Amino acid sequence: MQTTSAVNGANYLTYQGKYKGLLGWIFSTDHKRIGLLYLYSIATMFTTGVLLGLAMKFELLAPGKTIMEAQTYNATFTVHGVIMIFMVVIPGLPAVFGNILMPIMIGAKDVAFPKLNLLSWWLYVLGVMLVLAALLFGNGSPDTGWTFYAPYSFKTGTNMLPAIFGAFVLGFSSILTGLNFLVTIHRLRCPGMKWTKLPLFVWTLYGTAWIQLLATPVVGITLVLVALERIFGVGIFDPALGGDPILYQHLFWIYSHPAVYIMILPAMGAISEIIPTFSQKHIFGYKAIIASTMAIAFVGYLVWGHHMYTAGMSGPAQYYFSLLTFIVAIPSAIKVFNWISTMYKGSINVQTPFYWAISFIFVFMIGGLSGLVLGSLATDVHVHDTAFVVAHFHYIVFGGTGFAFFAALHYWFPKIFGRMYDKAWANTGWLVFFIGFLALYTPMFYLGLMGMPRRYYDYLEEFHSGNILSTFGSWVMVTGFVIIIVNLIRSARKGAPAEANPWHGKTLEWTIPSPPPVLNFETEPVIGENDGPYNYE
Amino acid sequence: MSEEKHQHVVPYRVYVIILIALLILTFSSVGITSIELGEYTVAAALIFAVIKSFLVLTYFMHLKYDKLYIRVMVGFVFALFLVVIIITFLDYLFRT
Ligand code: HEM
Ligand SMILES: [Cu+2]
Repeated sequence: MQTTSAVNGANYLTYQGKYKGLLGWIFSTDHKRIGLLYLYSIATMFTTGVLLGLAMKFELLAPGKTIMEAQTYNATFTVHGVIMIFMVVIPGLPAVFGNILMPIMIGAKDVAFPKLNLLSWWLYVLGVMLVLAALLFGNGSPDTGWTFYAPYSFKTGTNMLPAIFGAFVLGFSSILTGLNFLVTIHRLRCPGMKWTKLPLFVWTLYGTAWIQLLATPVVGITLVLVALERIFGVGIFDPALGGDPILYQHLFWIYSHPAVYIMILPAMGAISEIIPTFSQKHIFGYKAIIASTMAIAFVGYLVWGHHMYTAGMSGPAQYYFSLLTFIVAIPSAIKVFNWISTMYKGSINVQTPFYWAISFIFVFMIGGLSGLVLGSLATDVHVHDTAFVVAHFHYIVFGGTGFAFFAALHYWFPKIFGRMYDKAWANTGWLVFFIGFLALYTPMFYLGLMGMPRRYYDYLEEFHSGNILSTFGSWVMVTGFVIIIVNLIRSARKGAPAEANPWHGKTLEWTIPSPPPVLNFETEPVIGENDGPYNYE
Repeated sequence: MSEEKHQHVVPYRVYVIILIALLILTFSSVGITSIELGEYTVAAALIFAVIKSFLVLTYFMHLKYDKLYIRVMVGFVFALFLVVIIITFLDYLFRT
């Protein structure tokens, strides 16, 4: 065990423990190093997913075969979806920023179970390897879509088992992170850090952790059942054996709808940190945001059937799910009003994280409102399984979680790396990315309404112009992405040294040096009666 | 923080009694399959399983001796589980 004085002077990036070099990272139990391991692995997988997305858009540049066969396209959207969902946005903010910052924000030295934390990352890597193995070996890449729907998932000749097993292992990684965060937030808050003084990012991680812990096992078991069905033909989902394929959809979405809240809640939390800091104003409706966070986490469990309106559910079940879907939209809307009201009459400091945050609100609202179109029964019948759905979830997941991730990255970057990025390039990157994003996905709303189905490598001539615009948008967006990444990588190595508190934030991470010392705090912080995470003048 | 160090010591006797109860319940849940219960077979098996998990949670996992809020959390989890099952079966109930 180190004492604080033994590691004085060294920060967590330069500190040298038992192992040197790479081993000092992949065997580190320091929550900050583990967070960075996640950042690098997730960034790698995101880039892979983006390349697959680009390939799909290239294929859709013109009707008919452009660059790939139909079967290749099926495999591409499947792998793209699996990577983006299970390896990027689900671990996303909790694993990266939750790990690096949550213990600091609650005044702790580390998470409750540092070794378990490292194990989560190892499991993540193992899961990634397994899924990649499905691509390289066997009779071709999985082609079921990321949802692995039965009965096709046990009938298709492609190499499903490693992919299913990989998703299963990734689930375990997620469960362990959730468990770790729950215990940490319950047990390791510093003196005076009452629940009503917790930063909102921590609160959203708390809600998320519950979902990770309780919902993920359902998909784990479901995937095991698919594997059993494939290997032994047990007949749970196979109608020929008396099974029910719709049961698969129930089980899958019992997890996967709450999972969209795993993706979006921490994103909302990060935005709830950024907006007050750049408005230099107390967050509007602190308790309302907490309540809506917990309400989302809870009601989110009860609405999964809105993914199954056209699958053959019974009528009353459809009404029930539609009604609750409309209800679950309310807490999200509450948050949007809170963010806007926080900015009202604030002294706003427009910086890169703030640009990302307000563009988050913009795309998130479009994504959310288009979700209501899908949530109401009559309209969903028309647009389900069309490009409209693809536009909707990219707006909400990419525009929501993705933008919040970039917002958080630009917000906490100086703290994490101890260096500031080039702001002009960062803003340029954001602008190009944002324009590209809108051009890429907005046409898909239109195309979907006109009837263009999703998951097809081909389309009718009448959809051509919309697709050209969309593909063009994908190139613009990727240009923005390259600008952002190059700028950040350069700045992490050569940027000007950052101050401890460059944005004048009030949460605890801004009270310690950038980058943080190995044990975070010289002395354990104590929160007084009048301190608070958003107490600006 | 000294009061947190306080640990409740459970006498061995309690553990042994629970163990015996669990064994008896296990044998009875096997035994009951020899009686023809028709559609209640599954229900019977589930009831035995519920009682056994309750005993394990309460005594072996120390819920009985822990703070109240932990029991509330566990109860909440089971309630949620129940609700999810009910909603799923609502669909089957109304299928034509
Ligand atoms: C450069 C960025 C991206 C591009 C160009 C892109 C493009 C596409 C396209 C064209 C499809 C639809 C294929 C079809 O239905 O025919 C698709 C599907 C999908 N995308 Fe993306 N996407 C990108 C980023 C993302 C991100 C960041 C996420 C997750 C947060 C994501 C999640 C998904 C999912 C889940 C599917 C559904 C796959 C399936 O149907 O099984 N994508 N993407
Ligand atoms: Cu959903």
